[in-house]
Amino acid sequence: MSPSLQALGYLAAAVLFILGLKRLNSPATARAGNRLSSIGMLLAIAITLVDRAVISYTVIAAGLVVGGALGLWMARSVKMTSMPQMVALLNGFGGAASLLVGGAELLRSHRLGQTMAVDAGVTVQLAVLIGAVTLTGSLVAFAKLQELMSGRPITFGGQKLVSGLIFLGIVGLAVYQVITPVPLLWTFYTVVGLSMVLGVMLVIPIGGADMPVVISLLNSYSGIAASMTGFVIGNTGLIISGALVGSSGIILSQIMCKAMNRSLANVLFGAFGATSGAAGGARSAEGLTVRTISVEDAAMQLAYARLVIVVPGYGLAVAQAQQQVRELAELIEKRGGDVRYAIHPVAGRMPGHMNVLLAEANVPYDKLYDMDDINPEFERADVALVIGANDVVNPAARTDPSSPIYGMPILNADHAKSVIVMKRGMSAGFAGIENDLFYYPQTSMLFGDAKQSLSGLISEVKQV
Amino acid sequence: MSDALLLGIVVFVLATFLGAELIGRVPPTLHTPLMSAANAVSGITVVGAIIIAGAGYGWISNVIGFLAIVFAMMNVVGGYAVTDRMLEMFRRDEPARGAAGTPGKEAGR
Repeated sequence: MSPSLQALGYLAAAVLFILGLKRLNSPATARAGNRLSSIGMLLAIAITLVDRAVISYTVIAAGLVVGGALGLWMARSVKMTSMPQMVALLNGFGGAASLLVGGAELLRSHRLGQTMAVDAGVTVQLAVLIGAVTLTGSLVAFAKLQELMSGRPITFGGQKLVSGLIFLGIVGLAVYQVITPVPLLWTFYTVVGLSMVLGVMLVIPIGGADMPVVISLLNSYSGIAASMTGFVIGNTGLIISGALVGSSGIILSQIMCKAMNRSLANVLFGAFGATSGAAGGARSAEGLTVRTISVEDAAMQLAYARLVIVVPGYGLAVAQAQQQVRELAELIEKRGGDVRYAIHPVAGRMPGHMNVLLAEANVPYDKLYDMDDINPEFERADVALVIGANDVVNPAARTDPSSPIYGMPILNADHAKSVIVMKRGMSAGFAGIENDLFYYPQTSMLFGDAKQSLSGLISEVKQV
Repeated sequence: MSDALLLGIVVFVLATFLGAELIGRVPPTLHTPLMSAANAVSGITVVGAIIIAGAGYGWISNVIGFLAIVFAMMNVVGGYAVTDRMLEMFRRDEPARGAAGTPGKEAGR
């Protein structure tokens, strides 16, 4: 195949990726879009296999089979609650692949004693740096999400200084490498090592609650790293595809930051939840009492409600109670009530996570409402049913300037005529902050395991 | 700066803006599948990995190429497959009619 024909083929693949992304703008067309995108990938791989440079297929075939089988196994076996971990791992693998491709180019030049042009040298260094940071950063994010390590921020004095020095060291070595005609091995390995340390250093000070931002950002890095390998091997298709992924991750991180009213810099370097967390909201717990409600009374309220808005939080997923929520909602609907779900952008452990968890439980997607769409509806709601959510309905975000979450957009559950909060106990939320909503006059608490409480509500509503 | 690099930068910048435009239109409800689909697309590095593994540069390149293909293919296959698995679960609110026939044939009834 001639190189120009090949280049057109890669362009066609990139166009298929773009069309695939375009169809992700609606759940109705998204699946077809994903297929289209995968056809683009198949095309790109096929074109590469007939490349003139490829002379032996044994190693390629082995890699394709092993990687494909592992990927399929992961995709089939992963639980939907573990999607953030899977995406974190995939981000890391993407980084690793870019690191290896960039590194291989450099090692080849070294072995052949070839001079590497300055621009090729720069892009190799970038692919290696970003790839290595993405790899280890993602592995730390994975470990935090999988609870292999504590979700608490790990901080120590002079941390930013150390990270800064490591970064400067990498830049210095990379520049030295680039201006040296024939690539040196020791600088290469040191850059790889330092970049890996930097990846760890950048993610350990970030708390578990901020992981949605981190995995979005690492998603972006993995794309940028792929784009850099495109520069390295001179492939426009790779540059386009990587850039698409790069901008996707950046936009998602911005959406997440906005949903938490924090700047990206604050998320990355603020070590949120390390020490300051409890200071702001601790005052309200003293001297106030919460009102508890029995399953029977709660069921009565729900059965006669015209509009019920469910506010699901990650606690719902932890209790594995999504099916029960859907059953309860269907019962209320059969009695003529309207049930909607209010999804806060950071309700799950990654952007859109809660929507997937509810879709898995057969909740139709047109009943899931974004924050801006549902907030005006709370005033009409007879009952706001808050299940395993806490910080995203904390009115302190609106009223208390001393609260760490002040300014964060929240779901207006407190505007509903009645609020039923289902919770295990009075523990603070993920951000470690007391919640005033629990002490409001219209609020009643239904303590216990969400799954059991919901099953109780289901049987009670049936009897009403 | 070489022409190839310059062209590459132009393409990179334009594609970044195109990506931003496309992603801005994806509804929040699909953000998780979007991320896993993005993982799959970033597996495009497999293209570079295949060249390294197949060009007969020597055993070190073979090993590096093999590993790079494995990592990239996990992204490609894992990303597309898990995205498909998620998107399959997204349904509209019409369970009763959905059981009777495919949604596209409603006009004929």
